Amino acid sequence: MSFVSRGFKGRRRDPEDPGRVPPGQYVTPDFPVLSAGPTPHTPLEEWTFAVVDGDERTTWTWEEFLELPSETVTVDIHCVTRWSKLDTTWEGVSVDTLLEEAGADSPYVLAFCDGGYTTNLPTEDVTGGKAWVAFGYDREPLDPEHGGPARLLVPHLYFWKSAKWVRGLALREEDEPGFWETYGYHLYGDPWREQRYAGD
Amino acid sequence: MAGTAVRGRLRGLTWQVATVDEVVDETPRVRTIVLDVPDWPGHRAGQHLDVRLTAEDGYRAEREYSIASAPGEPVAITVERLEDGEVSPYLTEELRAGDGIELRGPIGGYFVWDGEDRMPLLLAAGGSGVVPLRAMVRHRQRTGSEAPVRLLYSSRTLDDVIYRGELEEASDGVEVVHTLTREQPPGWGGYARRVDAELLADVAWPADDGALAFVCGPTSFVEAVAEGLVDLGYPPARVKTERFGATGR
Repeated sequence: MSFVSRGFKGRRRDPEDPGRVPPGQYVTPDFPVLSAGPTPHTPLEEWTFAVVDGDERTTWTWEEFLELPSETVTVDIHCVTRWSKLDTTWEGVSVDTLLEEAGADSPYVLAFCDGGYTTNLPTEDVTGGKAWVAFGYDREPLDPEHGGPARLLVPHLYFWKSAKWVRGLALREEDEPGFWETYGYHLYGDPWREQRYAGD
Repeated sequence: MAGTAVRGRLRGLTWQVATVDEVVDETPRVRTIVLDVPDWPGHRAGQHLDVRLTAEDGYRAEREYSIASAPGEPVAITVERLEDGEVSPYLTEELRAGDGIELRGPIGGYFVWDGEDRMPLLLAAGGSGVVPLRAMVRHRQRTGSEAPVRLLYSSRTLDDVIYRGELEEASDGVEVVHTLTREQPPGWGGYARRVDAELLADVAWPADDGALAFVCGPTSFVEAVAEGLVDLGYPPARVKTERFGATGR
């Protein structure tokens, strides 16, 4: 379709680095906050991270979690509401490490969080060095507004998949829709294919 | 819950060209755009839609906007002009009645109020965060819902209050409480500060009333109100939030 918006010129013709900005996105220097409810504040002494495989549950306390090998990564992130932010630096534990320690293997995972939020991911999208449970942002502890004490970081998918306030991964045999996916957002969410909503 | 919200949405959301029926200036920086959408499946109060602009050379920009009208009314969006924006200046200054505009929707199923229960409703708006809440107020009026509504609305100045006349005429059962954070007219009797715990305790339904809260605005506003409501005893699951940060440019 060749619809043209009368009088629209647009501002940006030369994105900083077109190969880094998916279609329909714009680059922002800010770090907008989006969430469906109040920011939870779980005390660190009550915080645990769990990998749940049926009846088996592998958990780490906050202290144990920080003792796991961590990585510092610099990645671009893309929100379904169309902002992208380039070169964000995070510190976290690779999901590979967590699943290996738990001895867990399944085709899908469902991340679960404080506040009841969930999101679904294929296991192959959170392994192989593609996903982390991040507790640091920009060399500081992760701010609660942005998902602290820890959030999932899956930068190659739309950012709602990088669930804030994450408390664990439940292994799944089937791809079970999470919170936003139930409300019509895409099951997978690849920003390069603009998979924003179901059917995209 | 799973499976219900996507009902009827299985063929996905397709772009279509709507026609601008009317533009209404709400404040010097805010305009409502009333649209004639040929193939609109209907929407719920609180949902949003995607707008896509295309320049002659094919360059495109997309943004999402809350729907300002109630279910059953013509689709309308209310847009605030952001000074360094790319899309909002076009929508608020260039676009006029008769123009075409591409959109798709509706989108979202969590920050919605269908008016089916009679529990009190607390609506808290910061600036243009009032838009989806206005859809809820209109929906209440159109359906004759008996849910009592309080709208707490924070604006910088009186001139920045969107839908001012309409809110002044709000019907029985809808209380509108303004706070003006930057400048107040002479003789102003309302609140004159950012929403804090004390103000919230004055205005919010008591937690025991089982109220449902919808909070929309910039992040600092939403954080303050949502956490304040939890402190007052609102269960987090009864506090639904929608925020805008740098979005909307």
